[in-house]
Amino acid sequence: MIDVPRIELGALGLDRGAHLLLKRALRQIPVGAPLHVFGSHEELAVHLRAWCRAEGHEIELFPGGQGLGPIARIVRSSAETGRWKGAEAAGAPDRTLPGGVVDKPPARWGLAARGAKVEAGSPAFDFPLADKDVVWADEAAALYAQAAAAQWDPATAVDWSAPITHPPEIEDAVVQVMTFLVENETAALIVPASFLAKIHPHFREVLQLLAIQAADEARHIECFTRRALLVRKDMGLSTVGGQESLKTLLEEPDFALAFFLLSVLGEGSFLSLLWFLHENASDPVTRQVCCLAAQDEARHVAFGLAHLRRHMGLDQGLRPRLAAAVERRHDALRNTDGLNEEVFDALVLLAAGSWELDDLGKGHDRVVALREDMDRGRRQRLEKLGFPADEAEALSALHTRNFM
Amino acid sequence: MDTLILGAVAYDPKVVTIWEGFKQHFVERELPFDFVLYSNYERQVEGQLAGEVHVAWNSPLAWIEAERAARARGRKAAALAMRDTDRDLTSVVVVRADAPIRTLSDLARTTVAVGASDSPQATLIPLLAIAEAGLKPGADFRVLGHDLLVGKHGDHIGGEREAARALIAGKADAACMIDGNHLAFTREGTLPAGSTRILAQTAPYDHCNFTVLEGVPAPQLIRFTELLLAMSYDDPSVRALLDMEGLKRWLPGRVDGYAQLNRAVDLFGTLDAWLMRAGRE
Repeated sequence: MIDVPRIELGALGLDRGAHLLLKRALRQIPVGAPLHVFGSHEELAVHLRAWCRAEGHEIELFPGGQGLGPIARIVRSSAETGRWKGAEAAGAPDRTLPGGVVDKPPARWGLAARGAKVEAGSPAFDFPLADKDVVWADEAAALYAQAAAAQWDPATAVDWSAPITHPPEIEDAVVQVMTFLVENETAALIVPASFLAKIHPHFREVLQLLAIQAADEARHIECFTRRALLVRKDMGLSTVGGQESLKTLLEEPDFALAFFLLSVLGEGSFLSLLWFLHENASDPVTRQVCCLAAQDEARHVAFGLAHLRRHMGLDQGLRPRLAAAVERRHDALRNTDGLNEEVFDALVLLAAGSWELDDLGKGHDRVVALREDMDRGRRQRLEKLGFPADEAEALSALHTRNFM
Repeated sequence: MDTLILGAVAYDPKVVTIWEGFKQHFVERELPFDFVLYSNYERQVEGQLAGEVHVAWNSPLAWIEAERAARARGRKAAALAMRDTDRDLTSVVVVRADAPIRTLSDLARTTVAVGASDSPQATLIPLLAIAEAGLKPGADFRVLGHDLLVGKHGDHIGGEREAARALIAGKADAACMIDGNHLAFTREGTLPAGSTRILAQTAPYDHCNFTVLEGVPAPQLIRFTELLLAMSYDDPSVRALLDMEGLKRWLPGRVDGYAQLNRAVDLFGTLDAWLMRAGRE
């Protein structure tokens, strides 16, 4: 006589987890093989019948078996093994393994964790950015880890009680600059967030990085708003030209082009601006918030450069497209004012720190130097991406006068 | 091949999804197929008798209605197929753990909570068990009904859950439900662990079937049955539909599992008025 495998459930009922023991025991026998069930729970026979019916297993109950012989004989059904027939691994969790991150993850992998076993028949998701060549950067994981470690709490990272002693009109200038920063940081939040929702989740590290990038911008918006309202009750001015410029960023549908314009050129220029404010603002709160924001922005620029460098290496046609995007944006903004007078004047005043003639002259010189610094930075980054020096110079000159 | 038309009762919004899915499956396999949804089983049985549908996805009570009404017209009904989960169900009569009730006859002068008045599993079959133990429902004990969605023959779980809650709340001394719902209610806590005990379990009975009346074009029925029985849980394109309809595989129909319900219907006169009306139409 062949020994039938057995499972002892003791007094544990199917209403309190005994089904886990049953499932485990059934997985250890082949489909079509029997299993004897022992147990003393009062309602076991009733529940076994119902459970087996729902799971597709055949069952034969032995009345009076309780306590002595088996209470039932279950024959394992093929339902569970059938469910996982045709399932496939969605790459591997470790991005460094061959095949870990695949070039074109199928839409049916959907939201599955990378490396998960995906049931056949899963619904196809619409993630239009599903090409590794377009979105991936090997540096994304390290940049994400860096970003996660560098998160700061606006409530404690900034000494909001530090004294503000400059004249009221300098404070007006600070409010205007902060208003300008909030507007720009809002664009810098929306652009990665909108692409984030289109990227196949298989590229987990890129998703994580863009999410934390959006969170960085959320904090910057908070800090700049809070700084603006530290003394004043109202924000400053928002101009048509400024919004026109940012609108072209939000309307760029191509991932590579959008991040080229936003991160490499826009946030790159912003880095110079934030360091400028850190060095020139007369109050410690402005200096602090700009320093914290600049550290985050540097990471954003690094990701933009990393994935574009990779993408350009794989696609020779990308460089002329990037150049054309800058030209197109320049043409679109040809009839706008560029950087508004209010922001320019506010920067001069903020850098001057007073109405003294000497200070004003120096403040103006510093803003001119800032523009040169921004141009130098853009050209360097363009050259890092492989643009020849003359092309980099020409493209940098075409960048929006609005900075971002 | 003419279109095979199936009738189903819309007891839940998912019924639309289920039959749209099946329709696509059948049409892709060269069976012209469509379906009609009814709001209750009586309307569906009447529709089938009037020739509106070729096949009806019937509850056990609707099967009996169809079978008896067809017989009264000199016609024959047959069960084509059923789910694996339609076979060998049982119902249970549950009492509170500390109740002095030990046998069904102890239910005399008590209140027994049941589901909808037309629910085979939560009302008719368990009441038959109590009646066959010698107690007359409504005379020897009070029946506390939970008429949720009458006409849908207890397809909706709500009536049974209300019966279970009535038992726990002390509004009833016993509650009737299908075995699977007893497991579900104890797991979800509607019946807290240790608070109740199963007083009795009915003999096994069968549930739904695809009912057909004689005279329906045979090639379509043969193809329909072939396609049903060939549906495999291994196939991801049908697995979601099978999950929604609550089965792992379709089995050939059988009608010997309706004996208890036939006796209940006879004893309680459940269908007398409807059969009389249906007979006149």
